[in-house]
Amino acid sequence: MAMREPELLEVDVWRGGSDGSGRFQTYVVPRQEAQTILDVVTWIQRKLDPTLAYRFACRVGMCGSCAMTVNGRPRWTCRTHVAKVASGKRLQIAPLANLTIVRDLVVDMREFFDKWAKAGGQFTPTASRRDDFARVAPESPARREVDAAIECIGCGVCYASCDVVAWNPAYLGPAALNRAWTLQNDVRDGGRVARLAAVAGDAGCHACHTQAACTERCPKQLSPTAAIAGLKRMTARAALKGEL
Amino acid sequence: MSARGETRLWLAQRASAAVLALCVLVHLATMIIAVNGGLTAADILGRTRGNPAWGAFYAVFVAAVAIHAPIGLRTIGAEWLHWRGRGADLCWLAIGVALFVIGIRAVAAVAL
Amino acid sequence: MRVGWRNRDHPSYWAFLVHRISGLLLSLFLPLHFWVLGRALAGEAALDGFLRWTERPLVKASEVALVFLLAAHLAGGLRLLLVEFVGWRRQAQRSWVAVAAGVALFCALAFALNLY
Repeated sequence: MAMREPELLEVDVWRGGSDGSGRFQTYVVPRQEAQTILDVVTWIQRKLDPTLAYRFACRVGMCGSCAMTVNGRPRWTCRTHVAKVASGKRLQIAPLANLTIVRDLVVDMREFFDKWAKAGGQFTPTASRRDDFARVAPESPARREVDAAIECIGCGVCYASCDVVAWNPAYLGPAALNRAWTLQNDVRDGGRVARLAAVAGDAGCHACHTQAACTERCPKQLSPTAAIAGLKRMTARAALKGEL
Repeated sequence: MSARGETRLWLAQRASAAVLALCVLVHLATMIIAVNGGLTAADILGRTRGNPAWGAFYAVFVAAVAIHAPIGLRTIGAEWLHWRGRGADLCWLAIGVALFVIGIRAVAAVAL
Repeated sequence: MRVGWRNRDHPSYWAFLVHRISGLLLSLFLPLHFWVLGRALAGEAALDGFLRWTERPLVKASEVALVFLLAAHLAGGLRLLLVEFVGWRRQAQRSWVAVAAGVALFCALAFALNLY
């Protein structure tokens, strides 16, 4: 029985580090049904080039570890079908932008999480185990704001989309500011005064120019743009009241 | 500059933007109507000379622009030319003052 | 890796770029504008002398461009004020950008038409 020739993909994959020696290397990969970009990368590493470094974990769109730049746009590779993004028979896979490349498709996420901490992205408790449960009405305006922004899993796609991150090294970035916004609207949180100071200014919410690439690209359909606009209103009110 | 200072700068830019929104609407309408068939000095000065209302309007316009433009340029300088810090801030402040001075001079030229 | 142009293909990005470039060009034009008007200090004839220079077609075309830049910057600025103070609405965003662009174009054309 004659085997039908599989359709082939030409895939340009970034190899190397941040030292300037990096370049794209082309691999030829057989096309498969319902193939994702992560499938392609895995196939290359297992069958063609075991030296290729890349990250993944859950491979089902829950953890955000597999985020890479696909044909110029940051995406979760486990949730990106080749059929959707391959222009003709070509694919281009590169590491996330705006972050230092460790090797090949792996980036150093420390700066991303350091900025999360700098933006006050941790909950500051005010109650103890002896206190009763906090009552937070889900329909309250503040809680609605939190719920709209809370599902962030810290994948870094928004950070890798943002031009301001590239132009302003101190800029905390959309994810960190989005998380700060959820905490500023959390009535249980005790760190709201300090956090407002942390997210104000040229390194904070005021550096956002509403380019909205973050909102365009967020795989969870969140809107850091809206959260940052909210922080602008909050900080402005505080500044006018002399509370900032 | 501190976070508080930068927040105030942002507020000043948005406040001046709101003022400019009104001034620019008036200015655009004026230009479109006034430029009918060509513009002469007499056209301009006939409208503005000795008229305190136009004088006041343009004075406010100039003040708002002198606040708004340098703050915007400061952001562009920081992001695209990587020019930040105390020196840059003082430079932009000086440009704002200079803009105000030549602007008020122009208002005086046409309104007094 | 740097953010590339393929990741900038959405309306809000173009709105940002138009707003920034128009602001920059207007800022460069402003000192010239103030200087020209200040010529009136030397008398009406001094201002008229300069205004006759502006009759040249290239200058007239630049004036139309400037009106467009001013209207575009205003429209973009109003979009920002709406987003920041009234709030971001995902669906409305694209409409606002489109309306802003339309208004800016209208102003420029009205000016150009009135020139002749």
